Amino acid sequence: MADSTDTAPATAGAGLRRPALFGTLRWDAVVGALLVVLLGISFSTVDGFGNALNISFLIGNTLPVAAIALPMTMLVASGEIDLSVGSTVGLSGAVMGALWNHGMNINAIIVICALLGLVCGLINALLVTKLGLPSLAVTIGTMALYRGVAQIVLGSNSVTDFPQNYLDFGSGRLGGSFLPTAVLPWLVLAALAVVVLHATGFGRSVFAVGASAEAAWFAGVRVKRVKLSLFVTTGLVSSLTGVFWVLHYASATYSNATGLELSVVAAVLLGGVDFDGGRGTLGGAIAGVFLLGTLQNVMSLADVSAQSQTVVTGVLLTVSVLGPRVARQLLPSTR
Amino acid sequence: MTASTTATAAEQPLMAVTSPRRLIDRVLRMRELAILVVLAVMLVATQIDNTSFLSEQGIKDLLLNATILVLVAVGEAVVVITGNVDLSVGSVLGVTAFAAGDLLRHGGNPVLAIGLAVLLGAGFGAFNGLLVGLGQVPSLVVTLGTLYIIRALDSIWVGSREITASRLPSGYKTFGHDGLSAIPYLALLATVVLIAVGYFLRNYRSGRECYALGSHAQAASLAGIPVRRRVMAAFVLCGALAGLAGALYLARFSYADAGTGSGYELTVVSAVVVGGVGFTGGSGSVYGAALGALLLTSINSVLPAIGVSSVWVEAIDGVLLLLAISVDRIVALRIAGLLRSRARQARSVIDG
Repeated sequence: MADSTDTAPATAGAGLRRPALFGTLRWDAVVGALLVVLLGISFSTVDGFGNALNISFLIGNTLPVAAIALPMTMLVASGEIDLSVGSTVGLSGAVMGALWNHGMNINAIIVICALLGLVCGLINALLVTKLGLPSLAVTIGTMALYRGVAQIVLGSNSVTDFPQNYLDFGSGRLGGSFLPTAVLPWLVLAALAVVVLHATGFGRSVFAVGASAEAAWFAGVRVKRVKLSLFVTTGLVSSLTGVFWVLHYASATYSNATGLELSVVAAVLLGGVDFDGGRGTLGGAIAGVFLLGTLQNVMSLADVSAQSQTVVTGVLLTVSVLGPRVARQLLPSTR
Repeated sequence: MTASTTATAAEQPLMAVTSPRRLIDRVLRMRELAILVVLAVMLVATQIDNTSFLSEQGIKDLLLNATILVLVAVGEAVVVITGNVDLSVGSVLGVTAFAAGDLLRHGGNPVLAIGLAVLLGAGFGAFNGLLVGLGQVPSLVVTLGTLYIIRALDSIWVGSREITASRLPSGYKTFGHDGLSAIPYLALLATVVLIAVGYFLRNYRSGRECYALGSHAQAASLAGIPVRRRVMAAFVLCGALAGLAGALYLARFSYADAGTGSGYELTVVSAVVVGGVGFTGGSGSVYGAALGALLLTSINSVLPAIGVSSVWVEAIDGVLLLLAISVDRIVALRIAGLLRSRARQARSVIDG
């Protein structure tokens, strides 16, 4: 609810306000409600769902998507997209494995991985902002490039012998509770993202850029700088997720997180973030992420094959995007 | 942005001189020529390094490897020219390959199997086109959804079954491997499709309309072009060609399972973009897309032939794609600047 007051005084003008209220806010509330209903049903009817271990698996396996969905929401809200995130996760993991094999200190490795993520994001950002290329095409290119570099760095090796206390961070739980340890940094990150997107001038300029980059520019928003910082942040978060991925699954291979980009984009769009930019909330995106994560978990418990599970992702994505638009066409009075 | 600015600039009636249009034509032709030159240089250099590379069998392998990607890229190019994109082609290829195989192993007629694959693909294409037209939703999002849906339907239907060479009629496999000396039948078929689609886009009214609505859908709609119907037709064509490619994939590799074609969509999009079909719509040609496909698949054969490890392939593909779109963009900016200064000259001539 707080979002309506946040987006209303956006620099791009009052015309944005109503669609934002009717198009997105309702939809992200719907997704949140769906998540609550699904959790309720799963807790009461699905065998093996409610125990702490399973919930910690659910959250832990969803964390990579949940982490990258934060900057991805902002990117999509600004009218751009980054399909190279899965490859950045893979590259970060591959570099981590290769450097660890060379006997480097693990903390130094993590710093290097973070820097690497910044560079990956910066390459995307410069191609998009300096040359004015569509981010979709650019990041399909860098998706192949980063994955290719990961393959060059690590080949077909896999590295597993990381220090135990780090592996514990990746797969351990807080005490005996249902929360994985790694959920703490994620919560910090999520809180930071919500504040930045929904309660700061920068966040408003993100929506303004997404609604109309030209109008935002005339209103004094430094469009290119906004986009650049979003791409760089996405790269950084992706590479840190790559480190987490390696520790969580205790395996560094060049093919880590292949196809993750589509899961992230699907979850963000499911959460009601408008693909055309200018509209969306982080709450919706996070609800979308955990809705898909929970569905996946429930279906795994019900022995549905991993391949068949994707039908739900696809149907939900299609319905979530078509639903609000068809509704808006049928109800022109709400405009 | 680029494509539309250059296109509109070219069509400004103000410029009575025809030279800007010729300029653009020349540059576009140069774009395809450029890929051809890169391809030729690459192949010749490899041949010098490894003299057995361009043997009869070598050429045949190059063409066979390219055929399936060329077919899907041609369909994808038409969709991209209309300003859309179809990400579901990999899933369509997978399900149609299995459908064709399923029919064949129960003793079905090969021609019927190919027809079934094409029809099935066209059906999925129509589904995509319907969703895109219905909700006015970005095609990227819709086809990302159908990518998942079709793949999941495929895996529910197929399960852990697979089609293997021993279950296929030998004639079908021969069709997938043999050819007229160095030119495989599959490549001949792909060439026929390529020329037909290229001719249609270049010379038919409805083909030209695809470019028009890709440049500016709203303007095209105001000019009386049935936008939704053309977009629908583009998706149906793309789906049908993905279906044909599925049937030919089966002939070529004699294998299909629930994972066939996974991730193929990004290779296809790469080929199209490397081939100079702009993502913004309204520019490029299917010949470019086909050359892009040939270039990408040839790199996969060239690297092992000159002794470079195959781990480099993907990175090089990525660099190539980035290089292609960057060069396109820079050239387009240059042309736009050139056209502006010419227009200014023309105007001052008229005024003076």
